[in-house]
Amino acid sequence: MNDETKKKVEDKILGLVKEYVGKKRFKPIDIVKEMEKEFASEGLTKDDIKAALKDLMDEEKLVYGYAGGSFLTIPENK
Amino acid sequence: MGKKHQTPLLDELKKGKWISFVREMERAAEKSERTEDLLGQVEESYRDKVNHWKHGGMAGVRGYGAGMVGRFSEFPDKYPGIKECHSMRIIPSAGFFYNTDFLRKLADISEKHAGGLLNFHGATGNIQILGMSQAEAEDVFQAVAELGFDLGGSGSDLRTPSCCAGQARCEFANYDTMKICRHLTEEYLDELHRPAFNYKFKFKFSGCANDCVASAARSDLAFIGTWKDKIKINQEEVKNYKKKFDVQKYVLDKCPTKCMWFEGENLVIDDENCVKCMHCINELPKALKAGDERGCSILIGAKAPLVTGPRMGMMLVPFYDVNEDAKNDYEWIKSLISNMWEFWDEYGVSRERIGELIGRVGLNTFLEGIGLEPIPEMVEHPRSNPFIKFTEDED
Repeated sequence: MNDETKKKVEDKILGLVKEYVGKKRFKPIDIVKEMEKEFASEGLTKDDIKAALKDLMDEEKLVYGYAGGSFLTIPENK
Repeated sequence: MGKKHQTPLLDELKKGKWISFVREMERAAEKSERTEDLLGQVEESYRDKVNHWKHGGMAGVRGYGAGMVGRFSEFPDKYPGIKECHSMRIIPSAGFFYNTDFLRKLADISEKHAGGLLNFHGATGNIQILGMSQAEAEDVFQAVAELGFDLGGSGSDLRTPSCCAGQARCEFANYDTMKICRHLTEEYLDELHRPAFNYKFKFKFSGCANDCVASAARSDLAFIGTWKDKIKINQEEVKNYKKKFDVQKYVLDKCPTKCMWFEGENLVIDDENCVKCMHCINELPKALKAGDERGCSILIGAKAPLVTGPRMGMMLVPFYDVNEDAKNDYEWIKSLISNMWEFWDEYGVSRERIGELIGRVGLNTFLEGIGLEPIPEMVEHPRSNPFIKFTEDED
């Protein structure tokens, strides 16, 4: 996955999580499945999408919450 | 510090000569106002017969998605010390060995930043520092990291693997539980610290069927030491035991498959019918020993009661040559685990443990998905309930 595609995937993930804050709790695997569909034509693998998710966590653009199970959300300060 | 809250119900739990968690909490409360507040709330919980924690929410350290368990008091105004009362989970050393210097330093960290309470160990096997606020979490984590320890699992991730003391302390261990536990912990640190599963997943490693870490009941993937060949018998020692107690009554009659008997003075074992339960070896340790062809059985799907009720693990791999696989950095088992997680990712639903998924889709489908051939030994209970159904035209 080149840097341009990675950026596109990360933006898409962030947009999806932001859109559904307070409405739906996405597990990481939900995001992976959504992105697999979204980027099917570009041949992205699960590992590519997981790597993009990992970067978003490392940059603290996304954090984990817990309510019975773990989910992804936007940090409170953002 | 004087006693802030009256705790008549908790005081009942200090009576008697045994160790009391209330007494331990009171000792900690002498130095910690938050633990004093904790006692007050626990007293209310006993009175109301319901706990007063709000569970979950956001608690954690930077870069980790796991390792902190968030707890918030339902009565923050009444018990301000435990408005936030989070726990931090720390990966234990394999086999739970620590030096005293580490324990002293850990106690200091807990007194300085938390409620002066430690939990050795949680049900999954973690060391836990109890009673800290989110504001203190980063400092606690840094202090723990300086001691060379890392955060454990929590949430929908790989939970901290744990093992018995194995070959370090126990003559019954059939494989090196600590080596595989440490290897897989390091291999899967990412899965441990970043919750990416449908729900939790646990490994536990027991060196024999005595199962000191309760793997058969408490882990999604249980590795229980066993052997393939015959139990070794020292007939002279058997005779010595016969002089000391009723071997027939306490050993032979309690054998679950009745696979042992006396022929004259000699003990005879029908090894083909032995289920390796360890009872006879426990009772006659000088006379009986496991065979030389040692490894472990792998059970899948156990879990505690949460969500859909408890399950015991079912037999997945009757004999895994773990000692041989160790020479290849456990490549075979890692490949099997990878296939399982892939299948669970694909077909599992939210908060569904892998055992529940197998129950829902059927063992045949699961085996096909992970690339294991079905064999007759894959049973839920010994000698009963085979999952694999053969039609009449199949061999």
